[in-house]
Amino acid sequence: MAEALPRGTSLPAGGRRRTRLGPFLQRYGAVAALVLLVLVNAAITPNFLTLQTLNVNLTQVGTIVIVAVGMTLVIATGGIDLSVGSLMAISGALAPLIFTGQLFPLPDSAVGVALAFVLPVLVAGLFGLFNGWLVTRFSIQPIIATLVLFIAGRGIAQVMTNGNLQVFKNPEFQFIGLGRMLGVPFQVVLMLAIVALAAWALRRTVFGRQVLAVGGNEAAARLAGVPVSRVKLLVYGISGLCAGLAGLIVIALNSSSDANLVGLGMELDAIAAVAVGGTLLTGGRATIAGTLLGALIIQLVRYTLLANGVPPAAALVVKAAIIVLAVWLQRQGRG
Amino acid sequence: MAATTPSVTVAGATSPRARWGSLVTRQGVLVALVLLVLFGALRYDNFLGAYNVLSVLRYNSMFALIALGMCFVIMTGGIDLSVGSVAAMTSVVSALLSPYGLVPALLAGTAAGATVGLINGVLVTRLGILPFIATLATMQAASGTGLLLAGNQSVSVSYDTAFVELGQGDLLGIPTPAWIAGLAFALGSVVLNFTAFGRYVLAVGGGEDAARLMGLPVERVKLLVYALSGALAGIAGVILASEFGAGQPTEGVGWELFAIASVVVGGTLLTGGVGSVGSTLAGVLLLGLIFTILNFENGMGWISLSAYWQSVIRGAFLLLVVVLQSRLTTARPPA
Repeated sequence: MAEALPRGTSLPAGGRRRTRLGPFLQRYGAVAALVLLVLVNAAITPNFLTLQTLNVNLTQVGTIVIVAVGMTLVIATGGIDLSVGSLMAISGALAPLIFTGQLFPLPDSAVGVALAFVLPVLVAGLFGLFNGWLVTRFSIQPIIATLVLFIAGRGIAQVMTNGNLQVFKNPEFQFIGLGRMLGVPFQVVLMLAIVALAAWALRRTVFGRQVLAVGGNEAAARLAGVPVSRVKLLVYGISGLCAGLAGLIVIALNSSSDANLVGLGMELDAIAAVAVGGTLLTGGRATIAGTLLGALIIQLVRYTLLANGVPPAAALVVKAAIIVLAVWLQRQGRG
Repeated sequence: MAATTPSVTVAGATSPRARWGSLVTRQGVLVALVLLVLFGALRYDNFLGAYNVLSVLRYNSMFALIALGMCFVIMTGGIDLSVGSVAAMTSVVSALLSPYGLVPALLAGTAAGATVGLINGVLVTRLGILPFIATLATMQAASGTGLLLAGNQSVSVSYDTAFVELGQGDLLGIPTPAWIAGLAFALGSVVLNFTAFGRYVLAVGGGEDAARLMGLPVERVKLLVYALSGALAGIAGVILASEFGAGQPTEGVGWELFAIASVVVGGTLLTGGVGSVGSTLAGVLLLGLIFTILNFENGMGWISLSAYWQSVIRGAFLLLVVVLQSRLTTARPPA
């Protein structure tokens, strides 16, 4: 797909260098970086090659990956979704209200838990569709259209809970964050399932091809009969669903829901994972596996620094450098 | 407010209809601001009282400075997400230097901000990284640097020097921060409307390739607007530290998006090429007044809306503006 959709620029800005290393780095750079990180860690970080370290890292990266999968699809169409963090806060605020019966009376607790899984995610999905509606119906730039819910969404979550911390203990509900399947944390299973599903959809389904076509050249896609508006509407909806699910996992992990904090800054983490993973931010080329790798790389760098006594604040600076480096390398390869 | 009608029109990517929509929005924001002030003045006692007016001016000065820099960046077709973190970082820098006096602290804070801005400019122009991603990375880096300098806690400023006068003092009965912001906006308006640099900014945003073919120093213009945005965010950070008596490394979250919202509400197009400094100020005041009105409304005792409603109302307001703007600019939205 990448080769099929070259991005034409009429005026090259400065001399763009072609390097032989470029295409290699672009294709395998993320994998190479991850392998390198694992090797370095195996050498210097104590107790690195243990199942526990793996679980810790995967648990910390789970929600970012889930949100970033939705973000990848949005970015693949040439859009962006800034509202994901706020949508996480909405679904995170809604779920405890439902399973504690504050929102409406419940026949029994099992129904409450089931509804607490389904309704908040659907609500977040609807808000995602609202983003898509703004983008398609009014031709509002995605960054502005989703800025609306970025600002208002967290406010909605805060108004729903009056800004209060909701503390709860509900093992059935919290399975989504704390449970294990065959020794693997359930949220990791969920994450892998979503990654697999999205990767399959992007590669093998008509919808996936349409997503890339819209991002590659929207006018051409429209002329070719691709239902551009519907495709865009759907990707924002999917991004909302992913954010809603991630919100549930976060509150289940914390045994509490704080509308002020759930998902704060998530949009940036997700975009960073997508960018490091090699998805073109201008749309038209996307890789779900790359996004997973990107999130893992950022997480592993953070872990490496923290496990070796570097203060968390310094880790932020390093993370910034990685994002810049990854995007710059991506550009070199595009020559 | 001479700046509401830019004397320059540059042929480029922006369509005449879009320009017209921008013009209407720019007049609209002034009308809306006047209506909101009238509403407040008629409905609440002391709304136009000196205390309220001065505290609104004092509090919103920081946001105004940041929005001014953002306005220039957006007019070139870019975006600067790092401003909130930069303000947090420079609040720490100036708080650390406050024992040495007001001038060294102010200069150091501004210089630190300008440095991050220059880095943004270099990333965007020399490395060709999308502004969105470049400034997303420096946002993390600035935030990390601020936390490192502050040792993960807020830094009290020295009250032995004149440092706190900057944020808490008055000059001729007007708060000092308001003087700074007012001066910055006056200068900004002159620069945009009456200097070659101002024309270059609009030309670069209107059509970068065309501007380059005309022989305009596109890279230098971009470098300068990012440095300017960083420096203004730096000053905002110094005011933050001075006004609240502490350098706060965790402040500034979401300020960048608030600034973008103000700029958009002020009718500056995110595609670049069209913009107004005066309307940006009106946008800042409009969004800022929503908070004040909410406080007054609660003070009346008829209804009790929590402070959380302000983000919902701001979001709704942004929605209204972008939808109206879109209706004005696009004759027939694509189906």
